[in-house]
Amino acid sequence: MKSFTYERAHSPAAAAAAAARTQGAKFIAGGTNLLDLMKLEIETPAHLIDVNGLALDKIETTAEGGLRIGALVRNTDLAADARVRRDYGLLSRALLAGASGQLRNKATTAGNLLQRTRCPYFYDTNQPCNKRQPGSGCAAIGGFSRQHAVLGASEACIATHPSDMAVAMIALDATVETVRPDGTTRSIPIAAFHRLPGDTPQVETALSPGEFITAVTLPKPVGGTHIYHKVRDRASYAFALISVGVIVQRDGTGRVVLGGVAHKPWRVAGADAEMPRGAKAVTERLLSGAKPTRENAFKLPLVERTLGAVLRQARS
Amino acid sequence: MSKVTFSVNGASRELELDTRTTLLDALREHLHLTGTKKGCDHGQCGACTVIVEGRRINSCLTLAVMHQGDSITTIEGLGTPANLHPMQAAFVKHDGFQCGYCTPGQICSAVAVLGEIKAGIPSHVSADLTAQPELTAAELRERMSGNICRCGAYSNIVDAITEVAGGKA
Repeated sequence: MKSFTYERAHSPAAAAAAAARTQGAKFIAGGTNLLDLMKLEIETPAHLIDVNGLALDKIETTAEGGLRIGALVRNTDLAADARVRRDYGLLSRALLAGASGQLRNKATTAGNLLQRTRCPYFYDTNQPCNKRQPGSGCAAIGGFSRQHAVLGASEACIATHPSDMAVAMIALDATVETVRPDGTTRSIPIAAFHRLPGDTPQVETALSPGEFITAVTLPKPVGGTHIYHKVRDRASYAFALISVGVIVQRDGTGRVVLGGVAHKPWRVAGADAEMPRGAKAVTERLLSGAKPTRENAFKLPLVERTLGAVLRQARS
Repeated sequence: MSKVTFSVNGASRELELDTRTTLLDALREHLHLTGTKKGCDHGQCGACTVIVEGRRINSCLTLAVMHQGDSITTIEGLGTPANLHPMQAAFVKHDGFQCGYCTPGQICSAVAVLGEIKAGIPSHVSADLTAQPELTAAELRERMSGNICRCGAYSNIVDAITEVAGGKA
């Protein structure tokens, strides 16, 4: 690990200002992704700003009847919150499908959104990777690509976003609240938060330099049946091959978001509109324009079958 | 270098550390509490599991300087050879290990898992999100999936945890 200096932040705005002021600074909260990457010298921050002391670990009810989830609320606490379990079951289910008990006890809400979009070639520092070293090339293209993206990929990167939580946040129309180094705040709709790789795969979110997430808000509950179905190589503690998150209403309308298929969770407005017509119609819209490799072409029929199973479960 | 003070197994410890020092390395290399093991050093195997502020975490994936004022329990703080923690005794009784390398992490994790079930925290295999989680083998296996045992003592580990939880093994 490269050496770094360390400070504890005293307010969100001061943390953002310090990050903008200090060359090579990064925030650290749970640290479960950042420290893993620092040990491999894939991440090499010169300065760490520890934000764990900031009082951003509460889940509050909003005036609109939704929830405001502090940036530092741990994954375990968010999944176990009685309001989340009752009204946003998809979010609890997605969180509980991710990582291990130990990691969920540390990992935070904002940190989960900010974990790197990554693939095995990103981890292998002997291989070219446009995300790790912009302009060096992509070893995954033409390499072993079973886990990789089938939608929204580019000539520069075919990695997938690993977060289960983010799939649920997209389905729930969450909003990311931030503070910028000049002290101003803004709200970013979650659908606009993560980016497709394009020719700058190293830029993964809409955040500007130093911008700090303070909370994630959820609109008031929409009801319906919430199901998160993750398909993976092991029964527990593994990334998704694909995942399907749905909210289905009694009349068959609803929302659907896919994980494990692209550089960000995948939601298509036209696909939601097809929900009453069933899995085949929805999948056609969701996977429109898909460009699988020979090794991950199995993901396309897997999406349709999984969605079919999920919709049958929702009806029963 | 950076100073940090935390409590380990009930005793206050003050250390001056390179900021890069993980909690795991602080415990093993600086405080010589070698019960906590380094396996993968990347949060994948669970051998380094300790209990911090009542919660199990991977001590390899956190910096020691991030734990100013925290209360940390390692395997040495759960029990002693003369006075085993009930979970330690159950692992012995049920042969919940072979080589023993993953065992301190398994035991710290198992103690915390029972606390998580008691606190009503659901898991991936809980059928009803809003009900009190049940103490089944499926629940224990899912909750213990962050602890890997190369010797494959899993079924005996489940038996040991089940007995401590008051169920039938």
